[in-house]
Amino acid sequence: MNTPQSSPPPRRSPEQLSGDPAVSDSLDFAGHEFARASLDHCVKCTICETVCPVSAVTPLFSGPKFVGPQAERFRNGESVDHSLDYCSSCGACTLACPQGVQIAELNSQARAVMKADHMPVRDRLISQTTLMGTMMTPVAPLANAVLANKPIRTVVEKVFGVHRDAPMPPAQTQTIQGWLKKRGPRKTPATRGPIVFFHGCAGGYFEVETSKRSIEVLEHLGYEVLVPKQGCCGLAQQSNGLFDQATDAVLKLCDDLRAAGELTIVSSSGSCTGMLKHEAHEIMGVDDERLKDVATRIRDMMEFLLEVADAGELPELSPIEMTVPYHAPCQLKSQGMGMPALDVLRLIPGLTVVESGATCCGIAGTYGLKKEKYEIAQAVGKPLFEMVRDTNPDLALCDTETCRWQIRKGSGVPTEHPVFLIHQALGLS
Amino acid sequence: MRKLAVDVVVIGGGSTGVGVVRDVAMRGYSAVLLERADLAQGTSGRFHGLLHSGGRYVVSDPGSATECAEENVIVTRIHADAVEPTGGYFVTAPGDDPEFADKFLAGAAATGVPAREISVAEALRNEPRLNPGILRAVEVQDGTVDGWQMTWGAARSAMEYGAKVLTYHKVTKIDRADGRVSAVHCVDLKDGEDVRIECTFVLNCAGPWAGQVAAMADCHPVDVIPGRGIMIAMNHRLVNRVINRLIYPADGDILVPVHTVSIIGTTDVKVENPDDLAIEPVEVQEMLDAGEILIPGFRKSRALHAWAGARPLIKDSRVSSSDTRHMSRGMAVIDHHERDGLDGMLTIGGGKLTTYRLMAEHIVDEMCRKLGETRACRTASEIVPGSENQKNYVVTHRLHDREEDRLEDQIICECELMSRQMFVKAWDDQPQATFDDIRRQLRLGMGPCQGGFCSMRATGVALETKHIDIERATGLLRLFLKNRWIGLWPILYGDQVRQTALDNWIFNGTLDIDHLPAPEEEVKL
Ligand SMILES: Cc1cc2nc3c(=O)[nH]c(=O)nc-3n(C[C@H](O)[C@H](O)[C@H](O)COP(=O)(O)OP(=O)(O)OC[C@H]3O[C@@H](n4cnc5c(N)ncnc54)[C@H](O)[C@@H]3O)c2cc1C
Ligand code: SF4
Ligand code: SF4
Ligand code: SF4
Repeated sequence: MNTPQSSPPPRRSPEQLSGDPAVSDSLDFAGHEFARASLDHCVKCTICETVCPVSAVTPLFSGPKFVGPQAERFRNGESVDHSLDYCSSCGACTLACPQGVQIAELNSQARAVMKADHMPVRDRLISQTTLMGTMMTPVAPLANAVLANKPIRTVVEKVFGVHRDAPMPPAQTQTIQGWLKKRGPRKTPATRGPIVFFHGCAGGYFEVETSKRSIEVLEHLGYEVLVPKQGCCGLAQQSNGLFDQATDAVLKLCDDLRAAGELTIVSSSGSCTGMLKHEAHEIMGVDDERLKDVATRIRDMMEFLLEVADAGELPELSPIEMTVPYHAPCQLKSQGMGMPALDVLRLIPGLTVVESGATCCGIAGTYGLKKEKYEIAQAVGKPLFEMVRDTNPDLALCDTETCRWQIRKGSGVPTEHPVFLIHQALGLS
Repeated sequence: MRKLAVDVVVIGGGSTGVGVVRDVAMRGYSAVLLERADLAQGTSGRFHGLLHSGGRYVVSDPGSATECAEENVIVTRIHADAVEPTGGYFVTAPGDDPEFADKFLAGAAATGVPAREISVAEALRNEPRLNPGILRAVEVQDGTVDGWQMTWGAARSAMEYGAKVLTYHKVTKIDRADGRVSAVHCVDLKDGEDVRIECTFVLNCAGPWAGQVAAMADCHPVDVIPGRGIMIAMNHRLVNRVINRLIYPADGDILVPVHTVSIIGTTDVKVENPDDLAIEPVEVQEMLDAGEILIPGFRKSRALHAWAGARPLIKDSRVSSSDTRHMSRGMAVIDHHERDGLDGMLTIGGGKLTTYRLMAEHIVDEMCRKLGETRACRTASEIVPGSENQKNYVVTHRLHDREEDRLEDQIICECELMSRQMFVKAWDDQPQATFDDIRRQLRLGMGPCQGGFCSMRATGVALETKHIDIERATGLLRLFLKNRWIGLWPILYGDQVRQTALDNWIFNGTLDIDHLPAPEEEVKL
């Protein structure tokens, strides 16, 4: 993780910010403060440009150095450079910058300012993940049919700007809450005390299997897993520049997660974890004790398992004779914790894990769903799709939901969360 | 020797001289302007960038306040492309006397300077980096102005009216015949040729050098006391409005957002020689401290460049009342008739860049009076070339332009978003230019990397378009880097050290700039 050399300017109290209700706190923040101050560290070395997956495949995007520290000097609470929207917010540039410039954060903030007055309906819709999930679950077979139906998708593209071929979440017949209710209380006694499980919207509605297996693994380790009722982290809204809604959502979620008590929180939704850990604070300037509290207590599922393994408390894993490709999503990498999934998976005897080496799969949240970005996202993901197919046509591993949808769609290879193999190696499946 | 003959020779190509030659030409005289370097390379390019609202003078100098308020409106209109109407705040910093604000508001009302007290909360909301401890805030109509852009706009207007503008022409002597000015001698510094210009009138607008120029006509010395001031540009806009301390004018009390940077200034130290302006370390520290009072964390921000300019103050003890027309306290027109027995020459001093047009109007009025003619001044109503569309400058302009042409054009200076086409056009217009001449017009090398990346690209393009040969290329590049360095070393701390180290590795480590093919003598202009 890069540590910026200068501390952020002092934050203002809400009284100092209030006044014009049209200017929200988080949008207000977007015009200045921390990330903007970090542009001072840029020495123009161009290292960030060499890692940007988007500018590598299209001239339409001017690249992180241009859009970030350079363009920001010309912005005065206004973003006239509309092409900045091609930035997928993957965060690779921030991670690579040797000087600590918060490039991706600057871009996200500038985008929020730009979209403040003309947000496409599409960006509002696809960022409302909970809504989409709730609407689709009871009628899953129908929803799946609709999403697979080309003429209907064409209409969707025309009206909402979601590309007709874009990967879409597989709607499920059961939500995670439904499963929990149905399965009833656990059968074995908890030996290790309680922890909180945060499934995220995708893990609640679409990637239910990942949540189930994560809970089962945690229970197998002896934890009492609490799954409080929980809303959305607001990440999709944040990445679409809807800072107000995203701020409300993330704080509401913090309340939900804190309701269970001061416990460790574990999540198998890699991107949502990043939102809680750092993005809500660094990109939107949310400066709230509740968020700080949750941010320090939350662990990514594989990060948590690595801690357990490091403490020598992971039960023996049975062998899996297989070679499997693993892709660390950009939103996981930007959490600055390395690739814990790799370390944990490599404890499984017989398993050969090949790291993809790709910066980004192209989807970057909701980026690759949009019709004007679809081709770019496919081009970004191409080397990854090929690598996945070449390594194992039957299974790939990746920590975040939308990336799995993208890899499944792009490579045709079934793609699951790394916890699947841990689940298997523990004899649970 | 080349020879010319005109009605009027104007000496000095700063804002004043260019304003004067424009006015002279618009009133129908044939005129030539002589400038020893590039336009606005003297004080008019080394100033603070503030288009005064008049606020600064409402208590200390009411006459200047009113003039500034009036000229601010005019300059904003006729030089739309050079002026950004940012607006400004006067703020009472912690420890400043809050009652000064009452004197300020009363003064503003009396001098016709628009001013309105606003709540501290409103000021902080609009300028979130401002010191949250400020006690009062007054809003005024300060703007920011690009001195080069403004001066070139006025020069182009003068040329449209037939005036000749000769840069790199240094005046060496002024001839008199029968108690009248008869000709001006100068040397074309680019080719070394002498030029003699016959004329009926000379207007000495050499700013801090006005004393030296008057001496060339064998006049008694004009006492110009250059007042040196330093300024420091910070890497980005810490504020989007001009921020002034709400106190009696003092050092380091203004922060001005000009283009992409914000400039803190300034000091006032009497010096002997306007060609030798030091940037003293204690003054740098004084400015950073002053910035810290307005913007907490100022010292942690990145400083890019420092420079110094000299105020052209005239304190002439010889001047009798009939010889000087004190048009206002801020500016003076000296008639050399009674004082030095010389007709046909006037010298102007003092003033501000904001009031350059009014200064020109005064001195040209005086010239007409002496010639016994009445020709009306029209400079206030006519828009200069480049500002016809009446759109004021905004900081987003270049980002917007590059958004439009980024797929067709290359960017040469990334920091200041100067495109290849802009650069090539400027070379075509001024094939003998130095990179600093181009810089003044296009901001080449004025951003964070201070020429580290763009100067070699610019050199390559200039060479490729065959404007220069390989030796001159090296010479120009070295000259440019040397000049950048003058403004860099006084502020080398924090982020700029890293940049300078990287630039140094590039130029010495990779390019080995000291051993490239170069002319026998270093290029100076
Ligand atoms: C530190 C500082 C900050 C300032 N800030 C502001 C501000 O924010 N706003 C504002 O309105 N005003 C400001 N001023 C005042 C303003 O900059 C000056 O009043 C104005 O620029 C003076 O212009 P000028 O044309 O009279 O002088 P100059 O710009 O100095 O022009 C004189 C020219 O004469 C030329 N010359 C000299 N000798 C010869 C020769 N022998 N032959 C030919 N040419 C010759 C020089 O090269 C020079 O270009 C500031 C001044 C200083 C010093
Ligand atoms: S990597 Fe960092 S320092 Fe280098 S150009 Fe990019 S933002 Fe600037
Ligand atoms: S966040 Fe990703 S897409 Fe955006 S500029 Fe950085 S590297 Fe490129
Ligand atoms: S980021 Fe996570 S919690 Fe937030 S919308 Fe997406 S899935 Fe839901």
